[in-house]
Formats: sequence, structure tokens, C-alpha cells
Amino acid sequence: MAIPFYVAPDQMVQDKAEYARKGIAKGKSIVAMEYGGGITLVAENPSASLNKISEIYDRIAFAGVGKYSEFENLRKAGIRYADLKGYSYSREDVFSKSLANAYSEVIGNIFTREIKPLEVEILVVEVGEDPEENQIFRILFDGSISDHHGSVVIGGQADKISQFLRERFRDDLTLDEAIKFGKEALEAGQGSAIRESTLEVAVLDRARPGRKFRRFSAPDLRELLAKARLGS
Amino acid sequence: MEIDLTHHGSSFYDFIRVEHDYLLPRFQISEGVTLSSFAQPPHGTTILALKYRDGVMVAADRQATEGYQIASRHIEKVYKADDYSVIAIAGAAGPCIDMVKLFQVELEHYEKLEGDVLALEGKANKLAQMVRQNLPAAFQGLIVIPILAGYDLRKSEGRIFKYDVTGGRYEEGDFYSTGSGGKDARNTLKKFFRSDMTREQAMRLVLDALLDASEEDVATGGPDLVRGIYPSVKIVAQTGTSDLPEDEIRQVCELLLSERRR
Repeated sequence: MAIPFYVAPDQMVQDKAEYARKGIAKGKSIVAMEYGGGITLVAENPSASLNKISEIYDRIAFAGVGKYSEFENLRKAGIRYADLKGYSYSREDVFSKSLANAYSEVIGNIFTREIKPLEVEILVVEVGEDPEENQIFRILFDGSISDHHGSVVIGGQADKISQFLRERFRDDLTLDEAIKFGKEALEAGQGSAIRESTLEVAVLDRARPGRKFRRFSAPDLRELLAKARLGS
Repeated sequence: MEIDLTHHGSSFYDFIRVEHDYLLPRFQISEGVTLSSFAQPPHGTTILALKYRDGVMVAADRQATEGYQIASRHIEKVYKADDYSVIAIAGAAGPCIDMVKLFQVELEHYEKLEGDVLALEGKANKLAQMVRQNLPAAFQGLIVIPILAGYDLRKSEGRIFKYDVTGGRYEEGDFYSTGSGGKDARNTLKKFFRSDMTREQAMRLVLDALLDASEEDVATGGPDLVRGIYPSVKIVAQTGTSDLPEDEIRQVCELLLSERRR
């Protein structure tokens, strides 16, 4: 019988983390930002059908970067989790906090137990009745979870983009300003312009009744960005 | 609760059937025992749907009965299923409402997972499966008979589906009505239905039919002028699902009643 090689736990964790980071670094970033009327999510995505941003439940949205098949699987599982909870209790009992924790647990378990970690970073965002009740959670490939206010970035160029956002973010943005700002932040991250047609943008709009999530179509988006340009 | 990465598929109904079957509205009663030996659960009665110029109109009275007793004067039997479909239910109130709730989650769940809305035909078929699953309970008297009506965006028209207790699904051309007063309402609809009616004409006919049902059938409630309870009416058109304003319904009901006065 072959004797398995001994690998020190910290070495193994390091190797897995490096592997996951490499995978994630290849992909584009996503920005989530609070604005007056809710929370907006802005991503660069050349595909019109393979989405990175999605609705989970009434007030909750999801965004993922990294390996598509992996975060898509997480997205679907999140919808099942939320719908099951809403069905067995009530719609008001579905919160992002428990969902984010459940994600953290399942991603963390895969990181420690499986040979290959998930090459993903995800966001779980929830729009509250008041801006103070907004929730933004970021969950990394190893299951580590953090909560954020104002703005947050996931993906390859996260450091550069966060710096851009930190320097310029205001908490009184309108929706069109926030989307334009998100686009500029993504451009700053990769150092080149992004075509409007490759943007994927969605909002959790506090003013909408029931399901707050709305994905913008290309014409809607063009109009919003034109409005933002006129304003500035 | 945990996140389950092992389940696949886009149906919420299948998801709970396989993974959480305790949540399914299912009734296991030993053979030979019927509910009547304990108590009759509340029953909802007359529901109807009809096509008009812009789409479909769905309506129901507001009464639920427990044998010869009135269980509720203001029960709701017409529900929005999603933006382009409405479900009305007749039968044992508890299982009916459970089925509506499950059906609503089913449609939203599919839409979120797939990024596309089910075709009206797909919704009708899914509902048929749910009615069929209820057959054992139906043998015990817990019958659920829905009507599904919606606007078919691909065909640009309103469509009506009726069901039997075995989950049989049939499309109706112009109108349909079921429940204890269903036959009475259907008679009125049959007599006065014309294709391409306006919203106002359709509304008048629908309320007239319910009024006739309430006069002929003890289990169907008429407009309750004292308490201000009127039938509920929903429409589905190209612009989506909406409720007809209660004020308008009240006015038409009062007009119909005054026409019958002599």
C-alpha cells in the first residue's frame, strides 16, 4: 500500500487559497453600491444570457465572480434555500444574514474537505426599509464572510477598484450616478474603457412593491447612462 | 437550514417532494374513515372565468360553508399566480389555499432559476400535476378544483384551463364556471356571452352570473350590502394581472340588484 505524502495543514490551505485566487483573478469584477433608492450591482459581462447578477428573493440579490458553473450552482441553491424558507415560514422571514451564513458554511466546508476549492467570490445584498437596514455581505472562496456599507467589490481587480471607490464614493448618489460611477470604477480597475453593451446592471429598488429586484435591459441602461452624463 | 448543492431541477414542487416531503400538502387518512365522521372542513364554492376583448376576467363569490353553516363571508378564492396568470379555486378551502400558495412559489421559483417565465401552457400542465397528486385526498372529500386563466404572450390572447379531480386538464374556448353554484353561473354566461366584450360588459356579465348562482345555490354568497362584501374580480391582459376596483364592483352589483327589484 502506498503511504500518502504528509502535507502540513497550513501548506495545504495556502496551496488551495493560491489555486482559488488564481482562478478568480482571471475573471472580471463586480461592484455593489448603495444609492438613495436602494442598492445597485454593476458588472462587466459580454454574455447576455450567462448572468452574474441574479434575484434571490423579495429584497435579496446575488452576484458571483470566478468559475461560472460553480457560482451558478451556488445561486440556484440560494434560491432554493430562500424559497423553501419563505414557503415554510413567511416571506418576511427570509433575510440575507442567514443566507450569507449558510453560503459561508457550505463554501468553507468545500474549501477544507474537498481537494479542489471553489474558485468563486460572491455577494449577497439586501435592501432594507431604510438605508440603515441595507445589508451587503461578501463571501470568499474559503467561506470567510464580511459585511460592508457603501460599496464593495469582488473579483480579479478588487483592490484597485476598491481604492477608486474609497476615494470618490458619496452616499447621496442617484441611481444613474451610481451606475455611471460603478462603470468608471470597473474601468479604473482594468485600465480600459468598457462598452455599454457589455455591462450587466441590476438594482434592488426600495420603492418597488414586493419583489425589489430589477435587471436593466440594454436600452434602459443606455438611457440611464445618458442621463448621468447630462447631469455631470 | 443548510444550503443544498446536491439538488438539481427548476421545480420547487419537485424540490420539496424529493427533499422536504413533510411540507407537501398531503393528507393521509386510513381507509374507510371519511372526514364526515368528524367534521366537514370549510368549502369554497362558485368560481368563473371568461374571455373578453383585452384578455380574461376571473371572479368568485366570497363565501365558504361548513355543511349548513357559513364558515366565512369574506374568503378569497381568486389569486394572482404571477404577472400573467390568475388561479381560482373551488373545493375544500384548506387544501385549495395550500395548492395556490405552492403554485405561486412554483412559478416564481422557475422564473428565478431559469431566467424565463413558463409558457401559459407550461403553467397549466404543472397545475394539472399538482391536482393529480391530490387525488387520494379527493377520495376522502378534500377536493381541489382550480381554474387557471392567463394571458398567453406568445399567442397574444387570454386562455382558460379547467381541471377535473384526476388532474385532467381541458382548455375552454370562451368561459367556464365551476363549484357548487358553477352550473347556475354557467347558464347565465352561456346565455349572454358574446365574443369581444368590453371590460364593462364582461364585468356586468360576470357579476350577473354570480348573482344568479347565489340565488339558486345555498352555498354561494351574494353581494353583502350590509357588511360591504362583494365578489372579487381579477383581470389578466397584455399589461399584466390586476384587481378590478372594489368601488366599481359595488356599483355594478347595486345596479344589478336594483334591476331585479320590482
